[in-house]
Amino acid sequence: MKRYPSYDTIGGGQKTPPTLYCGVNITGEMGSMKSFLILEDGTVFEGSHIGAQKEIVSEIVFNTSMAGYLEVLTDPSYAGQAVCMTYPLIGNYGICLEDMESKRPWPDGFIVRELSRIPSNFRCNISIQQFLEEHGVPGIAGIDTRALTRILREKGTMNGMITTDENYDLEQIIPRLKAYTTGKVVERVSCVRKYTVAATGALSESGAGLRVALLDLGMKRNIAKSLAARGCEVTVYPAKTAAAEILGDKPDGIMLSNGPGDPKECTAMIEEIRKLYESDTPIFAICLGHQLMALATGADTFKMKYGHRGGNHPVKDLATGRVYISSQNHGYVVDMDKLDEKVATPAFINVNDGTNEGLSYTGKNIFTVQFHPEACPGPQDSGFLFDRFIEMMRA
Amino acid sequence: MPKNPNVKRVLVIGSGPIVIGQAAEFDYAGTQACRSLKEEGMEVILVNSNPATIMTDGDIADKVYIEPLTAKVLEQIILKEKPDSLLPNMGGQAGLNLGMELDESGFLSAHGVTLLGTTAKTIRKAEDRLEFKETMEKIGEPCAPSLVVENIEDGVAFAREIGYPVVLRPAYTLGGSGGGIAHNQAELEEILANGLRLSRVGQVLVERCIAGWKEIEYEVMRDSAGNCITVCNMENIDPVGVHTGDSIVVAPSQTLGDKEYQMLRSSALNIINELEITGGCNVQFALHPESFEYCVIEVNPRVSRSSALASKATGYPIAKVAAKIALGYTLDEIKNAITGKTYASFEPTLDYCVVKIPRLPFDKFITAKRTLTTQMKATGEVMSIANNFEGALMKAIRSLEQHVDCLRSYDFSALSAEELLERMRIVDDQRIYIIAEAIRKGVDYDTIHEITMVDRWFIDKIAILTEMEAALEKGPLTVELLKEAKRMEFPDNVIARLTGKMEEEIRQMRYENGIVAAFKMVDTCAAEFEASTPYYYSVFGSETEVVETHPKKKVLVLGSGPIRIGQGIEFDYCSVHATWAFAREGYETIIINNNPETVSTDFDIADKLYFEPLTPEDVENIVNVEKPDGAVVQFGGQTAIKLTESLMKMGVPILGTKAEDVDAAEDRELFDKILEETQIPRAAGGTVYTAEEAKEVANRLGYPVLVRPSYVLGGQGMQIAISDTEIEEFMAVINRYEQDHPILVDKYLQGKELEVDAVCDGTDILIPGIMEHIERTGVHSGDSISVYPAPTVSEKVKEIIAEYSRRLAKALHVIGLINIQFIAMGDEVYVIEVNPRSSRTVPYISKVTGIPIVDLATEVIIGKKIRDLGYEPGLQPAADYFAVKMPVFSFEKIRGAEISLGPEMKSTGECLGIAKTFNEALYKAFLGAGVNLPRHKQMIITVKDADKGEAIEVARRFEKLGYIIYATRSTAAALNEAGVKARKVNKIHQESPTVMDLILGHKIDLVIDTPTQGRDKSRDGFLIRRTSIETGVNCITAMDTATALVTSLENAASQGELGLVDIAGIARRGTG
Repeated sequence: MKRYPSYDTIGGGQKTPPTLYCGVNITGEMGSMKSFLILEDGTVFEGSHIGAQKEIVSEIVFNTSMAGYLEVLTDPSYAGQAVCMTYPLIGNYGICLEDMESKRPWPDGFIVRELSRIPSNFRCNISIQQFLEEHGVPGIAGIDTRALTRILREKGTMNGMITTDENYDLEQIIPRLKAYTTGKVVERVSCVRKYTVAATGALSESGAGLRVALLDLGMKRNIAKSLAARGCEVTVYPAKTAAAEILGDKPDGIMLSNGPGDPKECTAMIEEIRKLYESDTPIFAICLGHQLMALATGADTFKMKYGHRGGNHPVKDLATGRVYISSQNHGYVVDMDKLDEKVATPAFINVNDGTNEGLSYTGKNIFTVQFHPEACPGPQDSGFLFDRFIEMMRA
Repeated sequence: MPKNPNVKRVLVIGSGPIVIGQAAEFDYAGTQACRSLKEEGMEVILVNSNPATIMTDGDIADKVYIEPLTAKVLEQIILKEKPDSLLPNMGGQAGLNLGMELDESGFLSAHGVTLLGTTAKTIRKAEDRLEFKETMEKIGEPCAPSLVVENIEDGVAFAREIGYPVVLRPAYTLGGSGGGIAHNQAELEEILANGLRLSRVGQVLVERCIAGWKEIEYEVMRDSAGNCITVCNMENIDPVGVHTGDSIVVAPSQTLGDKEYQMLRSSALNIINELEITGGCNVQFALHPESFEYCVIEVNPRVSRSSALASKATGYPIAKVAAKIALGYTLDEIKNAITGKTYASFEPTLDYCVVKIPRLPFDKFITAKRTLTTQMKATGEVMSIANNFEGALMKAIRSLEQHVDCLRSYDFSALSAEELLERMRIVDDQRIYIIAEAIRKGVDYDTIHEITMVDRWFIDKIAILTEMEAALEKGPLTVELLKEAKRMEFPDNVIARLTGKMEEEIRQMRYENGIVAAFKMVDTCAAEFEASTPYYYSVFGSETEVVETHPKKKVLVLGSGPIRIGQGIEFDYCSVHATWAFAREGYETIIINNNPETVSTDFDIADKLYFEPLTPEDVENIVNVEKPDGAVVQFGGQTAIKLTESLMKMGVPILGTKAEDVDAAEDRELFDKILEETQIPRAAGGTVYTAEEAKEVANRLGYPVLVRPSYVLGGQGMQIAISDTEIEEFMAVINRYEQDHPILVDKYLQGKELEVDAVCDGTDILIPGIMEHIERTGVHSGDSISVYPAPTVSEKVKEIIAEYSRRLAKALHVIGLINIQFIAMGDEVYVIEVNPRSSRTVPYISKVTGIPIVDLATEVIIGKKIRDLGYEPGLQPAADYFAVKMPVFSFEKIRGAEISLGPEMKSTGECLGIAKTFNEALYKAFLGAGVNLPRHKQMIITVKDADKGEAIEVARRFEKLGYIIYATRSTAAALNEAGVKARKVNKIHQESPTVMDLILGHKIDLVIDTPTQGRDKSRDGFLIRRTSIETGVNCITAMDTATALVTSLENAASQGELGLVDIAGIARRGTG
């Protein structure tokens, strides 16, 4: 067991000048409040409290994007997890509310090296500190995030607790941490009723007249926006919608979104997706959608040691040999060894570790990717996949 | 795509002499590229006129030509070596231009040579202003409204249309030479005229001024399959208006949200795709601070200073990968050397913050304007890494070695808030200190932002540092406060100053409370993957990642910090070679350095690289972790030498010459004693602290005298004084900074200056050769033309020099390198100075003699003897060819700098001419330095009285070459009287046409202007020299240089094809 003592906080009972920088964006009394990140292996990091006043238990993951903390916070795929940003300076440009990828932040907790004292951007609405407080997300700042990342890399993703209770009792806490699972989170993050996103044609009119059914498994807004920007009319369905209902609306194509959690927990959805597969409707799926389609057609998924979360992962299009830098956020992956090539073949792989990044379904108008062509945050290099989907619907 | 099988013999073009805007970064890139090509089994033929580089070593390329970089010479090399390919994009703008010239003339295709990497079409699209603009318009990437003009009238008309201010950018120049911002028609006409002249194609872009926008750069890689990645982006703290080379730059960008970041990233990829660049490329953007509007400023389709910075900031070896791409590999086939697990087709992600600060030469050119513009002035730069911006900035400041260590280092506390705001409008190298003082005086962020357009986020960071200063000053210094100050990288001595304690007390308090530096790894992936490359930076308050090693022997090699005039790339050459030599002997090697442009800070040179400031405290942090068996200081210039005492205090043995012997060479009294013992004469002199003492000594010796501080390199602050008034002036300049050591005042002797670099093992000395300076004493050795072997001294003098060198080395107990400068007056030899360490001439003399001096010095340091290494001690037989080292200056970049040569060094780089005869070597050296005469065959001579005799002879020879000679009144009279036809021309204040009109008429090849003794007080002479330089006219300020030039030109007339010398061949002969 290792203890990482607090470093950045100026505290220890004595008052420091209120203007003095504390390593975190807190003024006045709160600046001296300690916070602790306790991992299930007994490691304790001591830092400063940020965000909402709350104790949480969650799965601790790290994200390596250097910009885009708001998009990370509002990505529903982080439901049931607490995110550590590996980039040390967070909050520099504040919060631009229009950049939110969903209606609220989803991580249970937020872990940073340093929160900026002031936000600086012409579009900034509020500071990240305000944002976290308003949405009840607690966090910890001032810890050695690189040390934490190294632990997660070596030992794999772990559960942990963020607490301000200085009298924490590891013996009592660790069993609680070990027992934690993200559980069925998709229902929590999906929309409650279906709604429509009108075409904007902001990018092109290539999809004009096409109607897309988008199954919201924890959707990032930019998926719908990317389709609407190409002229498509998008209807978003709650995750629990029956296949029959979607197919009954006769969409030109179906899109399965990203989402949180273990894909194997989504048993009911898998069954419905199997029905979508059997229809002849063109389907494009991202992330969790990609995993569920694989599970629905007899393939398998497994949990990775520490997942892919960041904006710098290279994926290779096996058909062309081209490599694209992609935005990623996933802890589970489709097992390529167990693919039945009569059903699906790999379309993309990750250049770094060779894991599956996309599938092409044999004899079907279906292709799915593990990464995020909608970006936000991250590179927009694979946005052309939406065009490919539109071509498929036109064919 | 696998390697192209047709590529077997590759010609690589280097960037030539170091000038402002084209510096050491190209040695780094070129060396990396050559090694990368060799790794692939290529035969590499290298051409570069710069002998101080690592890339021109026999072990970097198979064939090495240190020849002038002209199309004609390259054609000859191609004919001789028959390469199948040419790699032009490693040698900066100079290399790229040459590659283009050979391609355009059809020479390459005629001889079956393929341009590797980016094609000529691409280069044109990126570099030609008009084609670039059209290309950008085609793909919808915005550029600022602009027009390419080829004459002043069109420029004036367009500026009237888009409104002032306008930015001017000449096409095909480096470092933004000749560019600038014009606020009115008069300024426009002036800058435009200059720019049109400097542009290779006579084109200048006139552009809407976007000064004040955020300046953001992206480093992009693309392979032939079209795969693209960005290596990193960088944000300039100084907004658009200051050349990025002169800006404080931070990586990654700090104030861009994902929307802005990705918008510009996508744009950069869009551009590189459209231009079909294969290799590395730099894209510069201006981003409106309050909207998403942006403009593409510039694209550099090659490795650059920024790409060197990006490589060091991320660990991604851009040049190496670019070379592999040029051979046909795709990014996903190239391994990421840092992780060994991932591939080059990924984007580095940082979990730290990098700050670069330019090293500006205003300490050298005290008369120069300090303002920063779109024309680059920095000679070098420092980089620092920390996990917070404040810390990175503090580290970078103290890495500069310019008497600065915190934001109070320039004291502006006497200025009122209003005065500060006024001063803040001036964009110069001190602006950040002005901002800090304004914050201390309570000026709000918005006001500062409105004036400077520096983002509020950076202003807040500066404010945080000033708040920490205040907290330390106010006290009490609690452990918590100390921790926080250290996290922000306040050095102990600054904390001591602010808290009124002793540095040792602070250090003690830190150790007692466990506040020690930890070291983190630069791994390209923010710890996502395990990396094994030991590239470290320090932080406080974290766990350390350094893997403890216990090798047989561990040696610390101290680097030489930022490139500055007087301490350039030569010392990096020495550090790198020493590192390699130690490694060969089984040592584990550790390099500490902070210069992102150099080979030494490449992660695969030493076993471990620490990217850190070179101050005692920073070095001690590393020593605490590494516990080396010894340190070598003799290779890293004055930067490393200065650390000797501190290292000894830390208990680190100094390998090689002992510290007390280094002192003995610098300390006047000790040195005089040694000279007495060894019976070696020197000019009389004395040591002083004050102007009064100096005047006393000077009057005792009789004027002229040489005044200089001790323990400096490059003759910093050195002057020849002819009067008490000048003594007062020079002493005041030297004493601007507190001197730890006395100032030396010596009788000035004018004679022949000679120099040796030698290796001594304690008993025997090996002298590879004697170098003779063309210019007599009084001109700094670094600014003199230096010839090997010495052409005009007698055998007797050579023997005396060898003997004196032996005696001095022995008396100083030198183990390793020693550099000695002598004056010969007839057969009398005096010693000028002795430096028991590496010198500027080490790479040059190593290459031309084929004797690997640094390797030998390292072996000797380890304990071997010269005789065991296969060498007979003493002066080695002279080579059967001549090598001329020519200094190269960057005066045109530094507005207001005095260009006349004197005891203080002013050159930024050098080139070499090597040939069978002295005359041919001299001709090559001038050619390499860019002196390509004759053109118009008109010249101006204006010399001081003492030089008139020599001027007559020189003029006579120029006249014979067909030159029309203009001269000012008294010079003209002297010439005409001696029968040399000279046309009298009016002085500046007289009626037109004056000497100035003549120079500005663009019909003059050369100006010979020797300033009156000491420092020229005449505004006229200064103006003539500045105007010449700024108009691109060659200007010579020493008669010896003029004599050498005319000799070279006489020879040029009869010069047929130049002979080529393969330096790698010499090296092999030397070791064989």
